[in-house]
Amino acid sequence: MTGNKMAWLRKSEVVIAGILLLAMILIGLVNPAFWQMDNLFGLLRSNVIIGIMALGVLLVMISGGIDVSFPAFAVAAMYLTIKGMLYFDYNGVFLPFVAAATMGALLGSLNAFFVYKFRMIPLIVTLGTASMVRGFLLGVVGTSIININKMPDVLIDFAKTDVITLTRADGGTSGLTAMVVVYLVLAALLHFVLRHTMIGRGVYALGGDAEAASRAGFDLRKVIFFIYCVAGALAGFAGLLHSSMIWLANPRDFVGMELDVIAAVVLGGASIFGGRGSVIGTMLGVFMLVMVKNSLIIMKIDTTWQRVAVGVIIVIATAITAWRDNRAKA
Amino acid sequence: MKFSMDFRRLINQDNNIVQLILMTILIFIVMTALSPDKFLRYYNFESITYIFPELGLLSIAMMIAMLTGGIDLSVIGIANLSGILAGILFKKFADEAGVADTGLSVVMLGAIVALGTGIVAGALNGFLITRVRITPILATLGTGQVFTGLAIVLTGGPAIVGFPDAWAFIGNGKIFGVATPLVLFVVIASLIAFILTRTTFGMNLMLIGTNPKAALFAGLKREKMVIYSYMMTGVLASVAGIILSGRTNAAKSDYGTSYLLQAVLIAVLGGTNPAGGRGTVLGISIAVIALMLLSSGFQILRFSNHLIDFIWGAFLLLVIALNAYKGRSR
Repeated sequence: MTGNKMAWLRKSEVVIAGILLLAMILIGLVNPAFWQMDNLFGLLRSNVIIGIMALGVLLVMISGGIDVSFPAFAVAAMYLTIKGMLYFDYNGVFLPFVAAATMGALLGSLNAFFVYKFRMIPLIVTLGTASMVRGFLLGVVGTSIININKMPDVLIDFAKTDVITLTRADGGTSGLTAMVVVYLVLAALLHFVLRHTMIGRGVYALGGDAEAASRAGFDLRKVIFFIYCVAGALAGFAGLLHSSMIWLANPRDFVGMELDVIAAVVLGGASIFGGRGSVIGTMLGVFMLVMVKNSLIIMKIDTTWQRVAVGVIIVIATAITAWRDNRAKA
Repeated sequence: MKFSMDFRRLINQDNNIVQLILMTILIFIVMTALSPDKFLRYYNFESITYIFPELGLLSIAMMIAMLTGGIDLSVIGIANLSGILAGILFKKFADEAGVADTGLSVVMLGAIVALGTGIVAGALNGFLITRVRITPILATLGTGQVFTGLAIVLTGGPAIVGFPDAWAFIGNGKIFGVATPLVLFVVIASLIAFILTRTTFGMNLMLIGTNPKAALFAGLKREKMVIYSYMMTGVLASVAGIILSGRTNAAKSDYGTSYLLQAVLIAVLGGTNPAGGRGTVLGISIAVIALMLLSSGFQILRFSNHLIDFIWGAFLLLVIALNAYKGRSR
C-alpha cells in the first residue's frame, strides 16, 4: 500500500516537472534572454521567500486546512525583530532569526489553539488572526518604513552572500544568493520530518481522516500545534530574510501574498482535502509560479495581466487536482 | 447562582436573534456612554444607513454560499468588476454633455451589465464547484483573482471616476427621506429571506447544507441548486458593487478589500454555520448593524483604522469561541 502510494506520488511530481520543463522551453523560444544566467539566478532568488512560506502552507494543507495568516505573521515578526535590533543596537544574525521564528511560532500557536479547541474552519480562524496581527502592528507598533540607512548592516551583509559567482561577458559578475541554500536546507528538513517521523505521518493522518488518526493513537492536539507553530515559524523566518534581502522593513509588506503562495502549493499537487502533498511538488509549484510571473515581463506581456494569470493558474491547477482526486476515489 | 442559570439558558436558546439584539443594545449603550454628544448625533446614524447596505448585502451573499457548506472569496472581485464594467459602458455612451447627464435608458443598461456580471461570475463559480468539483475556497480564491485581475486590466490601475447622476442616486439619494441604499437593502433582504424560507428552492438549499447524503437520496438536484445559490451570491455582490460605485462616484479594482473579512465575520456572527445548513437574513442584518455601530463608535473615539481591524479580528475569534461554548453545553 505504502509502496503503491509512493510510486503514485512520484508520478504526479514527474508530471509537474514535465510541465515546468515544457513551459521553460516555450518561454525560452519566445525570448532567449530567459536562459541567461542572470535571469536564472534572479528566478532562483525570487523562489526563496515564497518557497519558505509555501513549506508552511504545505504543512497546513496536508492536514486539510488552509492558512491565510502567514503573511501577517511574517511581517509582524520581521518588523518587531528589526525594531528590537535597532532598539538594543544588536549586531548579530543568528539570534534575530531565532527571535523572528519564535515570534512566528507563538502567533501560530494562536491559530492552533482556535483550530484545535473550537474545531473551527482554519480559513476563518486565520482570517481573524491575520486581521488582528496586522491591525496591532500598524495601529500600535507603527507604520513607518525602516529604510536602508537604518537597516542593521549585518542582516544586509548576510543576505548579500553568494554561493556561486560568475563573470559575465561584459566583465560584470552575477551571483547566486546563498539564501537559496537556506531554502533548500529548510525544505530538506521538512521533507525528512514529513516522511520519516511520527509527527510528520501524523500530519498526513490528520488530513486523511481526523477521527481515524485519533483512534490510531495520534495526539491530535500535539499534531495541530506542531503544524501551525512550524508554519508560523517558517513565516517569521521568511519575513526577516525577505527584509534582509530587499534592505528595508515595511510593515505593510506581503499584502495579498497568501494567494500566490497558496496557488504555488496547489500547483505543486497538494490537495486541499488534506492527506496529500509533498515538499518536492511544492518546490516545483513555487518555481512554476515565480517563473510564470517573472516571464510575463520577459515575454513583453503587460504586467496588469499578472493577477489574471495567477487566478487562471489557481483554477487550472485545482481543477487538475480535483480531477485526479475524483479519479482516485472512483 | 440563579442568575447564572438564567444566563446559560439565554445563551443556549436556539435562535441567537435575542442574543444578537442584546449585543447590539450593549454596544449602543457602551458607545453612548463613551461619547454621548457625538455618537448620538442624527448625522452619525444617517451616515450608517448609507454605508452599511453594501456590507450587509455582501454578508448575505457570503451566508448563501455558506448555506451549502461553501464560501465565496470572490465577492469583492465581482462587486468591483461590476462597477467598473458599468462605468466603462457609461464612458462609451457619454455624449458631449458628460457622463453625469447620461439618459435613464443607458443607466438601466449599465445596471443590466453590472447584474449580468454577477450572474455570469456566480455561474462560473458554481460550475467550477459542482461540475469541476474544486473546493469552494480554492475555486473562488482563483476566480476572485481573475475578476480583480480583469478589473486591473480594464482600468489599468487607477479608478474610473464619474458616474451618471441617476446612478449616484442609487448610492447617495433619498426616497421619502430614507437613504436609497437602505431602501434597496430592505427590499432585497426581504426578498432573499422569502426565497430562503418560503420556497422549495430555499428549503432544498438548507437541506443540502444540513445533510448532503439525505438530500441526494431525497432526489434533490444538488448541482443545479448549488449553481443557482452561487449565482444569487454573485448578483448580490453586483448590487453591492453598484451601490459602492454610486456612493463614491468611482469604481476601482481594489475598493472594499477589507469587506471580505468583515463579510465572513458578519455571516458567522449572524448565526450562519460555515459548515452549512443554518443561517438567517435577519441574523445577518442585526449583526451588520451591531458591527457598524461598533465601528462608527470607535471612529468617533478616534481609534485608528488599523486598530479597528484588530478589533474586527478579535471579535471574529471571540464569536467562534462563544459559538463553540454554546454548541458544547447544548
